Amino acid sequence: METNVSDKVKTWLGVASIPIMVWTAIPLLWILATSLKSTAALADSTQNILGNFWPKHMTLDNYRLIFTGGASDLFVPALWHSIVVCLVSTVISVILATFCAYAIARLDFPGKGVILTTALAVSFFPVIAMVTPLFNLWRQIGLFDTLPGLIIPYLALTLPLSIWTLSAFFQQIPWEMEQAAQVDGATSWQAFRKVIAPLAAPGVFTTAIIAFFTAWNDFVFSSNLTSENARTVPAALAYFTGASQFEQPTGAICAAAVIVTIPVVILVLLFQRRIVSGLTSGAVKG
Amino acid sequence: MSRIELKNIVKKYGDGFPAVNDVSLDIADGEFVILVGPSGCGKSTLLRMVVGLEDITSGDLLIDGKRVNDLAPRDRHLAMVFQNYALYPHLTVFENIAFPLRLQKGKHSEEEIRRMVHQASGMLELDEHLDRKPSNLSGGQRQRVAMGRAIVREADAFLFDEPLSNLDAKLRGQMRTEIARMQRRLGITTIYVTHDQVEAMTLGDRVAVLKKGILQQVASPRELYEQPVNLFVAGFIGSPPMNFLPARVSGSTLHLPHAEVTITGDLVEKVKGKDVVIVGLRPEHIKDATVETTPEHAVHFTAVVDQTEWLGNEQYAYIPFDADRAVRDKLDELDRELDGEGMHPQLIVNLDARSRVIEGDEADLAFDPALMHVFDPESGDNLTRDDEKAAQIAKDSEAQRRMALERAKKREAAKGGAA
Repeated sequence: METNVSDKVKTWLGVASIPIMVWTAIPLLWILATSLKSTAALADSTQNILGNFWPKHMTLDNYRLIFTGGASDLFVPALWHSIVVCLVSTVISVILATFCAYAIARLDFPGKGVILTTALAVSFFPVIAMVTPLFNLWRQIGLFDTLPGLIIPYLALTLPLSIWTLSAFFQQIPWEMEQAAQVDGATSWQAFRKVIAPLAAPGVFTTAIIAFFTAWNDFVFSSNLTSENARTVPAALAYFTGASQFEQPTGAICAAAVIVTIPVVILVLLFQRRIVSGLTSGAVKG
Repeated sequence: MSRIELKNIVKKYGDGFPAVNDVSLDIADGEFVILVGPSGCGKSTLLRMVVGLEDITSGDLLIDGKRVNDLAPRDRHLAMVFQNYALYPHLTVFENIAFPLRLQKGKHSEEEIRRMVHQASGMLELDEHLDRKPSNLSGGQRQRVAMGRAIVREADAFLFDEPLSNLDAKLRGQMRTEIARMQRRLGITTIYVTHDQVEAMTLGDRVAVLKKGILQQVASPRELYEQPVNLFVAGFIGSPPMNFLPARVSGSTLHLPHAEVTITGDLVEKVKGKDVVIVGLRPEHIKDATVETTPEHAVHFTAVVDQTEWLGNEQYAYIPFDADRAVRDKLDELDRELDGEGMHPQLIVNLDARSRVIEGDEADLAFDPALMHVFDPESGDNLTRDDEKAAQIAKDSEAQRRMALERAKKREAAKGGAA
């Protein structure tokens, strides 16, 4: 995209953005720093530099603790549960939402508005209001503390979001693309697969990332609907305990927080390339 | 190669409004037919019904005698060029052109596809752009890619939906000739939708003029120009448009705002009992009597020229006049139908470039009453249309078309033999 911003304005914008970057980066860096501190350094500011910020002697003790040490029983399974639950719910949600959004954007059928409003209405309700009834229901039908027991509420959480983002995206793809494909000899399915799907890919990836984050960061469902067999990382963190009851598990929690952030960062970096805006430019006179 | 027949085609939308109403059209094999009309006349809808993107409410669509109403677009074997080209932005030019071939699974080998794409790209001078993406192409190149995608299919007919409206004026002229040349060379049945009457006149073997979903006249450009059936067609075809003047009838004399014309023969009978009629005079049929020779029976008149425009090869003069109350409404309505601006009525005269008439001058003008059209103000029908002459023009045009097609085929064969 071309901009007509002069160099002077660019410099000022750059300067102005520094405080914002610092504002967002400091808490993350603090978590990283804390995860590298030894138990002693956590309580004693003289062992740290930059005013209690960075430890003089970095240690990976906290990471050892969560992966191989005392907290590993809690953390490692939780990490696996997180990965499986989030990936499965993202994939299902994106696939369902793609078809649904395509239908909403392209077809004229009765109840189209209803679907969109219901999808939106689902996300009106505060999550916490749904948890208690779900807890009772899940217990009775045997979904409590199972992976599907988490995947289903996550789908409910991510589907409306995905449907809305994707239908907005599909609506931007010119109708003619598809009609041209049909005239060229494609079936509806071929037109969708060979023309619409590649064009919608950036939107699908964006939606996938949003859906994944929503599930990955969820605490309420996970802490209430699971106990041991399906607990995800955000909920597991709450159950961390220190070496003794007088010791806070701060370091371990921070180490775990760093670990769960890594997939998210990787995901964004991976898909960043695919989220190329303006892919449709050139389809029509631009 | 195919013949397309439209029989009483009707398209009604949900609200019951007929966008296309009872259109019948018979398009011969290899013929270039233009659908033309002002915006909203249903021409694009009609085209989309032919290709299968719109359902046909009633009527029959036949391709080579086979009813195809219910066939999917892909089973009709037609190729279409869209107004905005509808190129696939994620594919290269090569893949864009190859797309229809790849869809015909197993029908073409990779080798064959490459050969066919190169043949099309060579014809359209796209060879050096084959690896580029559509977003990096200019408007004219995109247009050619869209045409390449249509050619490569070896479809039964080409359909164009205002293909040139996104191009600038110069390119439009070039592409217009390009399309005409290609159509003759391939000898393929073509339906072309446009709102531009210059494109309609220059490209079409026959032109179908539509108004509000109703077919007004289907004829060769020449017949449309010389023997229009009604006010609408007369006003739509020609640039600058035909002048419409109110004329009071008294016996065998028509009183125009600036002149009086004596009429003879059938026409006297036809205008009998009417108070006023509308007289149509083409700007190029009015001459400056001082520099051009006029026929003996020409009607002479003088008028004060309000404004002139000298273009080098010709010159326009504008002469305002007051329209008769009785026909004012009809003329206003016509103006609206033709997407007009509702200007004060004025007579436009296309003068010879040598004419020295300037603004404010009282010009000495003349026209041949034989070239004048007289319209019924109620129905809009052309009372001076000569059916015999029209039939003759139609016959001539058809003969010319066949000859041109024949010649193009021979040339192509000779070229093929030489290659």
